[in-house]
Amino acid sequence: MTLTETRERTASLGQRALALVKQREVGVLAALILVIVITTAKNPNFLFSNDGFRDLLVTPSLLMLIAVGQAMVIITRNVDLSVGSVMGLSAYLVGRVFVDFAWLPWPTVFLIGLAFGGGLGLINGLVVAYAKVPSLVVTLGTLYAYRGINVMWTGSERINASDMPREFLALGTESIGRIPVITLIALVVLGAAGWYMTTQRGGREFYAMGSDPDAATLYGLNVRRRLITAFVVSGALAGLAGVLYAARYGTVNSQVGSGYELQAVGAAVIGGVAIFGGSGTVFGAAIGAFLLMTINRALPVLGVQDFWQQAVVGVLIVGAIVLDRLAATRQERALARERERSHD
Amino acid sequence: MTTVPRDAQARTALLMEGVSKSFGPVVALRSGSISLEQGSIHALIGENGAGKSTLVKIIAGLYQRDSGRFEYLGQPVDFVTTAQSKEAGIAVIYQEPTLFPDLSVTENIFMGRQPTRSLGRIDKRAMRAETIQLFEQLGVYVDPDRPTRGLSIADQQLVEIAKAISLDAQVLVMDEPTAALSGVEVERLFAVARSLRDEGRALMFISHRFDEVFELCDTVTVMRDGEYIATEPIAETSVDALVRQMVGRDVTTLFPKTEAPIGDVILKIDGLTRTGVFHDVSLEVRSGEIVALAGLVGAGRSEIVRAAFGVDPYDSGTVEVKGRRLKPGNPAAAMHAGLALIPEDRRKQGAVLDSGIARNITLAIRDRLTTRGLITSAAENTSAREWASRLEVKASSLDTLAGTLSGGNQQKVVIAKWLASHPDVLIVDEPTRGIDVGTKAEVHRLLSDLAGQGLAILMISSELPEVLGMADRVLVVHEGRITADLTRDEATPETVMHAATHSLEETR
Repeated sequence: MTLTETRERTASLGQRALALVKQREVGVLAALILVIVITTAKNPNFLFSNDGFRDLLVTPSLLMLIAVGQAMVIITRNVDLSVGSVMGLSAYLVGRVFVDFAWLPWPTVFLIGLAFGGGLGLINGLVVAYAKVPSLVVTLGTLYAYRGINVMWTGSERINASDMPREFLALGTESIGRIPVITLIALVVLGAAGWYMTTQRGGREFYAMGSDPDAATLYGLNVRRRLITAFVVSGALAGLAGVLYAARYGTVNSQVGSGYELQAVGAAVIGGVAIFGGSGTVFGAAIGAFLLMTINRALPVLGVQDFWQQAVVGVLIVGAIVLDRLAATRQERALARERERSHD
Repeated sequence: MTTVPRDAQARTALLMEGVSKSFGPVVALRSGSISLEQGSIHALIGENGAGKSTLVKIIAGLYQRDSGRFEYLGQPVDFVTTAQSKEAGIAVIYQEPTLFPDLSVTENIFMGRQPTRSLGRIDKRAMRAETIQLFEQLGVYVDPDRPTRGLSIADQQLVEIAKAISLDAQVLVMDEPTAALSGVEVERLFAVARSLRDEGRALMFISHRFDEVFELCDTVTVMRDGEYIATEPIAETSVDALVRQMVGRDVTTLFPKTEAPIGDVILKIDGLTRTGVFHDVSLEVRSGEIVALAGLVGAGRSEIVRAAFGVDPYDSGTVEVKGRRLKPGNPAAAMHAGLALIPEDRRKQGAVLDSGIARNITLAIRDRLTTRGLITSAAENTSAREWASRLEVKASSLDTLAGTLSGGNQQKVVIAKWLASHPDVLIVDEPTRGIDVGTKAEVHRLLSDLAGQGLAILMISSELPEVLGMADRVLVVHEGRITADLTRDEATPETVMHAATHSLEETR
């Protein structure tokens, strides 16, 4: 061996701090805190009243669940547009089961809703993996198909709180400590998903597939199986969100969850999940979801009109993408310069 | 890591004999043979299109051979997937490494087979430690934690090599690994290659650079036109002998270029530079003249013409057509000024395969065919019929989808498309790649006729016979710089090859 060159590069504390600040999750979290602080300054009830604190935590929880699943799918360079419809259909199914099979214990019904969502996700995953149809098209199709089934099945009926057992509804209203149960569930899911994505082979392969699909095939990864997994998880989490929706609001019609799919994509993008896959974290997506929902609630408090609320969300999403693009361009330029130097 | 001691006398690691491969009517490999010995570095050389890549892809399990013998460690094998050849211990490192840009160096090395602890958790510490150890073994430093995006090609190749070693590959195939490397990086790669050889592994090295072949390799095999020509110990051959074996035919008789009166300068490129891609490129093409841009694949020729045409940006320099300066980055303006570019990859850049012939031919002149903003099929067909018949495009009707035509006819449709816009300068990038021999001659006759009609033609070609037979002048590009400007008389296989494989300083 002729060249023995071992340069140990240890990052200084300052560099590490800088790297941390550069992380998207930290930036979005800071934005979130800023929004909360400003709004609370204007109206202390936003954070300090009992209801205010509870709403702050409960409102984003359902979107957080869906955004976590969406992030996992986007990281594989796919997208799941059907999540809103899966959520709606699962919510109605749960209500229906409570009405028609009242003797079933509520935890069983809870699991049925979860599994049903997973099943709908499985359909998405199978079509994407085996028919090789782009997920954008497949899930756009199932977005309408699942919603259509929902409308046909529900009609103008609705499930009311009186149709559901009190213990089940308590999920939506109770707190442990001061943290609402729904939020706790969302946090547990987030923790599990984050753990899977960082420590498990499957999770890392999600990133690999999204980073370079061709390379993933050359590496001999089981791309098909991972794809299906991602869609099943996304579906199951949408199902879970549907179940919790029923518990929280106590009323289910045929339009539950519509629009959630785009909010979830938006949350993931704001949270730093690259829309072409390969990078970002479920934590970022969850914080993004929290920020989106909190801004929606904060703007009326700050006296901003309805119309502008939508615009602000739009600006956030576009801003996040522009930020990603700028960073990438800067990196490319640095790279070209580096190559030039090494050739001279 | 198992190592075979060198004195365990050169066992044959991989053997191929009389291997062939065809894609439909196109024969990619007629009869390939090679024998890789353990503890030895074997060079495979040949012109572009000689069948080297096909041979490599059969070894990698990407293609399956049609006939012939293929043995690995003394056993006959049939690799149906890349996973199988990898499993057996064969690692192929391509010119463009295939890594996950978003993931760390460590993750790239271990993806899909990470060491795990309880609960299936990836053992990151063990993984990182092994990565550091792998690079130490290779005698190089690559940060194990950084993402592979932004790594130089050289470092990316080191990651690929580290991956190969961690798999304990016994056969390592490197397909033109030095094409994108600087001098220092090449030295480093060679040091690594030698230490792998000394561990008893078998290496195969594909390169166009003779100096490297002579510096690094022990044995050399020459291929030509999909066939095995010769294998010799490196000590018993010379550059001249190898070039003769590579070219090995009378090239001047193949493509008769009719003499055309040479007129004024039509296209003038001056000092064109794009940082990191090409440098200070100046050239002139006159009316009636065919100028060839020769050189190796990846030398930057396509990039130069793409920039001149305005598809890609450039940093400095000028492009003039008939004395008028072109705006950079504006293909529409270039077309308007009389420039036409027929790109290298017809499928991706030239022909719209899902459209009919007529639609394809009139694509570049759509503005002229409109009446009140609408294009009628009648106008399209009239214009297209003329060009299709002039170029003898063989198809049942003008509605035939371009995708269903043969390669040669597709190329004619693409050429027709540009001729319909009545250009003064025609830039063609690899006009006959993937075209059978008969049609090749037709395309050549066509280009020659066009020059005779006063068109200025700039032709990129990696095929020596084509360059030598067709061009009035040959410009040779090496790593983004023009290293030789040869007249028809000066251009020989030797002078062109020499300029294509040496930098400007070495050429002088």
